[in-house]
Amino acid sequence: MDTQQEPKTKIRARKLSFFYEGGHQALFENDLDIPERQITAVIGPSGCGKSTHLRTYNRIYSLHRGQRAEGEVLLDGQNILDPKTDLLALRRRVGMIFQKPTPFPMSVFDNVAYPLRLHFKLSRKEIEERVEAALQGASLWDEVKDQLRKSGLALSGGQQQRLCIARAIAAEPDVLLMDEPTSAIDPVATLKIEDLVLRLRERFTIVIVTHNMQQAARISDRTAFFYKGRIIEVGPTQQLFTAPKEKKTEEYITGRFG
Amino acid sequence: MRASAWSDPVFRWLCMICAMLCGLLMVAFFVQLAFASGEAWSEFGLGFFVSTEWDPVRDLYGALPSIAGTVFTTLIALAIALPLAFVSALFIVDAPPWLSRLLGQAVDLLAAIPSIIYGMWGLFVLVPLMDRLWIALGVDNEYGGLGLLTSGLILSLMILPYICAVMRDVFRMTPPMLRESAFGVGCTRWETARDILMRYGIRGLLGGIFIGLGRALGETMAVLFVAGNIMKVPLGFLDGCTTIAATLANNFAEADGIQRSALFALGLILLVMAFAIQVLAQYYLRMTSAKRGEK
Ligand SMILES: Nc1ncnc2c1ncn2[C@@H]1O[C@H](COP(=O)(O)OP(=O)(O)OP(=O)(O)O)[C@@H](O)[C@H]1O
Ligand SMILES: [Mg+2]
Repeated sequence: MDTQQEPKTKIRARKLSFFYEGGHQALFENDLDIPERQITAVIGPSGCGKSTHLRTYNRIYSLHRGQRAEGEVLLDGQNILDPKTDLLALRRRVGMIFQKPTPFPMSVFDNVAYPLRLHFKLSRKEIEERVEAALQGASLWDEVKDQLRKSGLALSGGQQQRLCIARAIAAEPDVLLMDEPTSAIDPVATLKIEDLVLRLRERFTIVIVTHNMQQAARISDRTAFFYKGRIIEVGPTQQLFTAPKEKKTEEYITGRFG
Repeated sequence: MRASAWSDPVFRWLCMICAMLCGLLMVAFFVQLAFASGEAWSEFGLGFFVSTEWDPVRDLYGALPSIAGTVFTTLIALAIALPLAFVSALFIVDAPPWLSRLLGQAVDLLAAIPSIIYGMWGLFVLVPLMDRLWIALGVDNEYGGLGLLTSGLILSLMILPYICAVMRDVFRMTPPMLRESAFGVGCTRWETARDILMRYGIRGLLGGIFIGLGRALGETMAVLFVAGNIMKVPLGFLDGCTTIAATLANNFAEADGIQRSALFALGLILLVMAFAIQVLAQYYLRMTSAKRGEK
């Protein structure tokens, strides 16, 4: 969109391959640049490796036995696939939102305060301030300010997802990863979350996986099209949707498969 | 045609009779114990709870040493078994599949060991071991390794498999996405288990704890061998003690008259304790589920 200055590249994936347990290869030498403070959408048919790709950016896959990535993922120039990476610090810098809202089984307040207490030594007052700021940031404050003690599980689906966003931004990460954040949420709540994501763009680098091409077109600056574990095409969203360079991309966005 | 036309009502009646029998049995236990202990209650009144006497010569009986021993051994058992069950469940769930299966079965087998075996092992292995340990540490050790701590230890081993099995299920049944969210905000495995999985599975955990608690409360054989059977309120971990169940097992054979009645009173107290724990558990679960916003 604004092109007068090339934004800095926040994440740079190089020759990124990924293997599940038993050696099943899910990603093949992905190269992708994620520009800072922009929204990058990741699209492609089911099973093409979108989630797999995203899950390397915070190394969440390393939880699981037998999963392994090859190549490089450079976050601010640092290869986070390096075994020496401090994963806890990485996950403070790279927050993640999942397909379904996953509030912790605790109060609304504690859901947001929890990562703060985990990563910082803060006074009670500082925590309260930052919880409020995060809930404001996630456009949830006005709806929950009178029920902060209520269980996070008691909120509506859309509210729960915004609570998860508040939880993710509370620790002031640099990057937000979102894996189909609205796939389990009704259309009205989805629009709210899209608005929210657009506002968060000022402060965070956002990578969002979506099945919904209108959503990608509405909110993203750049789009990457994945197919069978490979990145077929990356470009400014408008260009990718109006004048795709690759035949596969065109077939996908015109709905011929997927 | 299947015989359902006539068997169905018969089956229904059978079920109902069985269900009612269970309820009746429960009531019958209470009534019988209340009757048989009547003499003791009218003789000692509420003082029975706080008296530390157990004197067949003067026919004076009190429940406090047995109650205290029961409560303390159970608490010690829980205090040891809970963290142990927690870490072993965590390890078993995260271990590679073959090791996980092996360890899981090993822990399950612990539950199959008859309590008399625990008792024998306790008496012949654990008690001398404890004795030597205290001597080596130079701790005053009047009861030679018998007593409160050893009883608690044996009990903790007995309830460990129950609690561990429940915790394993709780850890396994947590939605993977919730687990990943916890890691996603920067939790370690330990923090995830302690702060997220535990809370999420609180109902199952409490269920497991109460099963263990119930078992520890009423356990007789294992404790009988290692408690020392001392009719005193234990004031230190190394003091000899007794429990309600052990007192009953030790004394019924030669008891008659008011002593017999006092033993029935102890039995009634044990039954009420076990019952109260069940009720408390139910109540607590309802409270927490309301608080967590489940309906
Ligand atoms: N835990 C796993 N173990 C083994 N293979 C997996 C696992 N998760 C995903 N895969 C495989 O990896 C490939 C990519 O899956 P991935 O989940 O990344 O696709 P996706 O693009 O996110 O799909 P969707 O749109 O359905 O979410 C698929 O072939 C899938 O079967
Ligand atoms: Mg996916």
